[in-house]
Amino acid sequence: MSTTKRPDNRGRRRFLTAAGGVTAVATIAPGVRLIQRVLAKEDDQAVSSAVRWGMLINTNKCATGCNDCVTACNSEHGLRDTGRPDTDPQWIRKVKLVDDQTGKETSLPMMCQHCEKPPCVDVCPTGASFRRTDGVVLVDKHICIGCRYCMMACPYKARSFVHQTLTDQRPWSPRGKGTVEACTFCVHRVDRGQQPACVEACAGADHGALVFGNLNDPKSEISKRAKAVSSRQIRADLDLNTGVRYEGV
Amino acid sequence: MTTHRITAFLLSGSLFLGLALTANALSGPKIPQARGEKCVEPVEMMRRNHMEFLKHKRDATMRWGIRTEKHSLIGCIECHAAKGEDGKYIPVNDPDQACHSCHDYTAVTMDCFSCHATVPKKGAAPAGSKGDS
Amino acid sequence: MSSKKTVFLTIEGKSLGFYFLLGVFALMVLAGLGASYYMEHHGHVVTGMNNQIVWGMPHVFAVFLIVAASGALNVASISSAFGKVAYKPLARLSALLAITLLVGGLVVLVLDLGRPDRLIVAMTRYNFKSIFAWNIYLYIGFIGVVAAYLWMMFEQRMNRFTSAVGTFAFVWRFILTTGTGSIFGFIVARQAYDAALLAPTFVIMSLSFGTAVFILMLHFIYSMTGRELGDLLVGRLRNLLSIFVAAVFYMTLIFHLTNLYGTQHHGVERFLLLEGGVFTQVFWIGQIGIGTLAPLALFWLPGINKSRGSILLGSLMVVIGGLSQIFVIIIGAQAYPLTLFPGKTVSSSFFDGAINTYSPSLPEWVLGISGFGIALLATLIAIRVLPFLPQRLTDAQTES
Repeated sequence: MSTTKRPDNRGRRRFLTAAGGVTAVATIAPGVRLIQRVLAKEDDQAVSSAVRWGMLINTNKCATGCNDCVTACNSEHGLRDTGRPDTDPQWIRKVKLVDDQTGKETSLPMMCQHCEKPPCVDVCPTGASFRRTDGVVLVDKHICIGCRYCMMACPYKARSFVHQTLTDQRPWSPRGKGTVEACTFCVHRVDRGQQPACVEACAGADHGALVFGNLNDPKSEISKRAKAVSSRQIRADLDLNTGVRYEGV
Repeated sequence: MTTHRITAFLLSGSLFLGLALTANALSGPKIPQARGEKCVEPVEMMRRNHMEFLKHKRDATMRWGIRTEKHSLIGCIECHAAKGEDGKYIPVNDPDQACHSCHDYTAVTMDCFSCHATVPKKGAAPAGSKGDS
Repeated sequence: MSSKKTVFLTIEGKSLGFYFLLGVFALMVLAGLGASYYMEHHGHVVTGMNNQIVWGMPHVFAVFLIVAASGALNVASISSAFGKVAYKPLARLSALLAITLLVGGLVVLVLDLGRPDRLIVAMTRYNFKSIFAWNIYLYIGFIGVVAAYLWMMFEQRMNRFTSAVGTFAFVWRFILTTGTGSIFGFIVARQAYDAALLAPTFVIMSLSFGTAVFILMLHFIYSMTGRELGDLLVGRLRNLLSIFVAAVFYMTLIFHLTNLYGTQHHGVERFLLLEGGVFTQVFWIGQIGIGTLAPLALFWLPGINKSRGSILLGSLMVVIGGLSQIFVIIIGAQAYPLTLFPGKTVSSSFFDGAINTYSPSLPEWVLGISGFGIALLATLIAIRVLPFLPQRLTDAQTES
C-alpha cells in the first residue's frame, strides 16, 4: 500500500469552480443582453415565431367618450375623414355595449384581432391576406385584387376597403384605392422596438387601458398581467386564438 | 412623272420623320440630379434591375420585417425627390421628375404611387432608425 | 319514313331582327364596360357598396349567371350521362348556354374587383385553402370541359365519346356549383351563412335556374327564326323545371326551419323573414311568391299548364325568383350585423350592431345586367356561326 500523500486539490477545485462560474456568467451575460436585443430586433433581422405580438385591453379603463386610440391611429396612418362614414376606412373604432338585461354600459376599442387562425387568411384567393410569423396579420397590397372576400369572412368586421383615390399617404403606411386594409399593430413601429400608436396615446394620456407586448415572453408586462387577471377573446367560440384579449367584458 | 414626284415626296417625308424621331429618342430621358454622392448601386445596375431590387425588398420588409434602408422605396425617394423653388418636395412621380421621366420615355407603367407616398416626410421613419430626414 | 337523324343548322342571321338584337346586346356589353371603367376609375365610392355591404348587385347577377350556367348544362347531361334520348337534340344548345352564361357571370365578377388590372395575379398566385382559388380552376376548367363536350357532339367521328365526356362534365358541374355554394357556406363569421346546407342548395338552385333560362332561350330562338318547336319536348322540360322549383323550396324550408329551432339564430331569422324591410319583401314576394308558388301553379294547374304562355311566364318568374333568392342570400346576410356581443346592444362609428342599408347605384345595375348582355351576345353569335340548333323539334321526333 502506497501511502503517498495525495496532493491537496481543494484549493484548485475552489479556483476552478470560481473560474468556471465567472466564465459561465461572462458567457451567458452577453447572451442575456443578446436575447433582449433579439426581441427589440435589428433592422436587417427577420421576425421570428419566438415572438407573438398581442394586446390586452382593460375595458374598465375605457371611457365611453374617449377616442384617443382612434385619433392616434388615424393620425399615424393618414386615415382621413371624408365625411362618408360608410366608406371611410376605420382601422380601430370604439364600440359601446349596453347589457340588454342589466343595463351595464361598457366601452372598448375593436380592431383586427390578429388571430392565430385567421379566417381572412383562409379565404384570400391570392394569399395577399397573410399572417407574419410573429403573429401580425397583414394585407400584401401588392397582390390584393380587391375581391373583399376577407371582409365577408372576418368575424370582427376589422377590414376596410379603400373606396376612393388616396393621396398624401404616410411613407410608413402605404395605402391605395381598390385594396383592403386593417390594423397592422403598427408593424413599422413595433419592428423598431416601439409601441403601436394607439397604445402610446392611451398610455400618454394616462388611461392605461392598452397593454401591448410579446405573449411568448413570460416576463413581458402583457404576459404577467394576462396571467393574473381574467381576460377573454371576443367570439372565443370560433377558436381563432386571437392576439387581442379583453378584460372586463 | 407625277407618280415619281409623289413617291419622292413620300420617301423624303418619311426619312425626315424617321430622323426626327430618332433624334428625339437618342436624346434620352432627362432625370433630375439626385442628392448624395452616389446611388446605393451602380447606375447601370440600377437602370436594369431597380424593379427587381424593389420587388425583393418589399417582400422582405412586409413578410419578414426587414427594414434596412438600402433598396427600400423610402430610401429611393429620400435621395431622388427634388425640391421646388418654394422649398417643398415635388412628388417623385410628377412629369420630368425621377421616376416619371424614364418610365414615360420607356412607356412602362408603374403602380407604386397609387399607394406609396411620393415625397419624403419629416420624421419619415420613426425615431431610432437610420434615414431620418 | 322520317329520318331519325337530327339535322342541325345555323340560324340564317341576315334579318333585320338579327342585327337589331346584335346591336342591343352589344350596347348592353358596352354599357357594362363603361360602368366598370367608371367604378374602377373613381373607386367604389361611386357605388352603393361600402364597408358594411361589400358585395352588391354585380355579385347578385354574377352568381345567378354562374349558377344558371351550371344548371343549363343539365339538359345535355340528361341526354349524355343518363341516356334520355329525347333530349339529345338539345344537348348542343345546352352546352353552349353553359359556357356563355358562365362567361357572362365571370366577366361581371372580374370587372367589379377593386383591382381588375390584377387579374393576372389572381390567375398565377393561389392560396389553396381559399374556395375562391379553387373556383378559378373549376370555372375555367368547366369552360374547357364543356368545349371538349361540344367537340364530341359536333365531330361525328368523336360521337362515341360524347357519353363519357358528358358524364365527366356532369360531375365537374356538381363540384363547381358545390364550390360556389361553399363560398358562403364556409364563412363562419355571419349568422346567415356557416351552413353546410348552402352548397347542396346551390346545386339544386342551379338545376332550377338553368332549366328556366334554357326554356326561355329555346323558345325565343325557335320562334324568332321561324323554326318548329313541339309542345311535347317543352312539356317535358316544364315537368323537370317544376320538380326543381319544388326542390329549391324544400331546401329553403329546411334551412330556415333549422335556423328557427336554435335561439342563437332567431335574430337573423326575424330579420330576414319579418323585420328586414326590403329583404323581407324580396324574400316573400320575389323568392316565394313569384319564384316558387306562382310558377308551380302555372306548371301544375290542369287548365293552364299545357299552354306555351304559362310555361314561358313560369320560367321567367323562376328567373326573377332566382335573382331574388340570391339577393337575399348575398345582401340580406350582410345587412344583418355581426353578433360579437350576444345579449348586448352594440353601437359604434363603424355601424356595429346596426342593420345596414343598401341602395344600388346605376353603375352597379348596368354592370350586373351587362352580364346577361355578354351571355346573350355570345350565344347569338355562336348560333349564327355554328350549327347548334336542330332545324326542327317536332313532337313526332320527340316521340320516336
